[in-house]
Amino acid sequence: MDYSQFLAMKQEICLLVVFLLVFLNDTFMPRKAQNGLGVITCILFALFTAWGFYGVIAGADASAFAGMYVTTPVISAIKNILNVGVLIVLIQSLKWANSDVQVIRRGEFYELMLVTLFGMYLMISARHFLLFIIGLETASLPLAALVAFDKNRYESHEAAVKYVLTAVFSSAIFMMGISFVYGLSGSLYFSGIAEAVKTGVATVPLVVAIAFVIAGMGFKLSLVPFHLWTADVYQGAPTSVTSYLSVISKGSAAFAFLVIMWQVFGSVYEQAWEWMLYALIILTITIGNLFAIRQRNMKRFLAFSSISQAGYIMLGIIAMNAMGQAALMYYILVYIFSNLAAFGVIGAIENNTGKVYMEDYNGLYKTNPRLSVTMMLAMFSLAGIPPFAGFFSKFFIFTSAINQGSIAIYVLVLIALINTIISLYYYLLVVKAMFINTENECVIAPFRSACSERLGMWICVAGILALGIVSFFYDSLLTLAGC
Amino acid sequence: MEITMIYYLVPALVMFCCGVYGFITRKNMIAMLISLELMLNAVDINFVVFNRYLFPEHQEGMFFTLFAIAIAAAETALAIAIIINLFRSAKNIDVADLTKMKH
Repeated sequence: MDYSQFLAMKQEICLLVVFLLVFLNDTFMPRKAQNGLGVITCILFALFTAWGFYGVIAGADASAFAGMYVTTPVISAIKNILNVGVLIVLIQSLKWANSDVQVIRRGEFYELMLVTLFGMYLMISARHFLLFIIGLETASLPLAALVAFDKNRYESHEAAVKYVLTAVFSSAIFMMGISFVYGLSGSLYFSGIAEAVKTGVATVPLVVAIAFVIAGMGFKLSLVPFHLWTADVYQGAPTSVTSYLSVISKGSAAFAFLVIMWQVFGSVYEQAWEWMLYALIILTITIGNLFAIRQRNMKRFLAFSSISQAGYIMLGIIAMNAMGQAALMYYILVYIFSNLAAFGVIGAIENNTGKVYMEDYNGLYKTNPRLSVTMMLAMFSLAGIPPFAGFFSKFFIFTSAINQGSIAIYVLVLIALINTIISLYYYLLVVKAMFINTENECVIAPFRSACSERLGMWICVAGILALGIVSFFYDSLLTLAGC
Repeated sequence: MEITMIYYLVPALVMFCCGVYGFITRKNMIAMLISLELMLNAVDINFVVFNRYLFPEHQEGMFFTLFAIAIAAAETALAIAIIINLFRSAKNIDVADLTKMKH
């Protein structure tokens, strides 16, 4: 065996090095030296993230293990986008991880999170279903342990049980689909299956297999009707883990889903899966929006908002053109910044006062003006109001879908547009609570959030303001995608 | 009597459907976990049978099954650990009682 092929997996190896350093520090360093564990993890990961951009600029295509693993500049780019998100999550969770209850096992928090990221890397780079499944499980099993991390809170256990049972259920369904595909094509390589699937001929077993695959990935992405676990898990998990689940886990699954649908089943797009995805998108966006309106708990509210955002992300997949890929990556990038800003504010308020309901936010502007403005920017960006990044990401993803050209897609984009207006209503409810409902005294007293929380929010605000206006980001993503 | 592929595929499919049915109807979490195992094992049978009958020249399906068994074991171990954790704080593993976060 040629061991030099491991060198193709530069980013994975570096992530493993970061993981090992954190692990060794957590296990063998004296107790006194461990006070800085969180900061050390953040610095190591920041260095790794900065190094990762080198892979996008200088990276060439490489593959390993007889083509099971590939890496290209596009794949490096999506991994870097995820890295940025993980870095923000790590910074935002510093205070929570250093709190008295968590401090004894915060090392595990960092280690599990890095292992999960490793699984997502494998998922994105895999070109063989065996490696893909291993990556998928490496990504979802440690996440279940992370959801159960708050050992003293009952909700955390309940959420973990719901998460782990649905995760196993969905991977069983996914693997059933893969077994049908294997029976039909005799290969587990993405390229091998694509060769065996004849262009434009969708046999019944193939359609069933694709339906299983879409259902399995739908659970991971929390598309309606596979979304029932989302709200409970988001509410019960610790806020840092919830933010990780909602942006990183969802972003990586979306990109992996794109790779599977385009590379494996691309030749039966019109016959087999365009209409499945079409129905899923309409359901996901609409139901996500309608249920978000009636939520009072902020974490549940963001759970339903993230369900509908997943529907918008799927528009990039149904577009089936190079711009769709760039738009999907850009959407994930923007979504990371806007959602993490919202979670940063929610986490800061929860850490300091324990309040999580929307009513508690009434008049927040009077007591904590900076937090309210951050939250407002995040809401505007999620809703897609023009000068902020969220508008541009929605604009690109709609454009890419329209470029696909059929009348049906025009209707789909119209429905998505109408839903954007519905979503404005509930995003603005939060803004209204903070700025306009000021008749009663705010229950959240003025407080100064920790330095790490502020740093995380500053990064997010900078991202929300800069990503849309500075054209460098989407220009480079479009160039990478080749259009 | 010659045993063809269909003699394996039908039981596998029945097993899978039983698993789905059990997962949806059972109230006890351990029973739900057993149903999940049924589903995963049905997948394994499928892979082995397709490999053995349709593509005997290589071993891809067999190896997938080996890995799938290992993954299923890891999943069960984790799920059991989490269920025990829940049992410690709730003294109950009935899913019908997990309603604290319904609204």
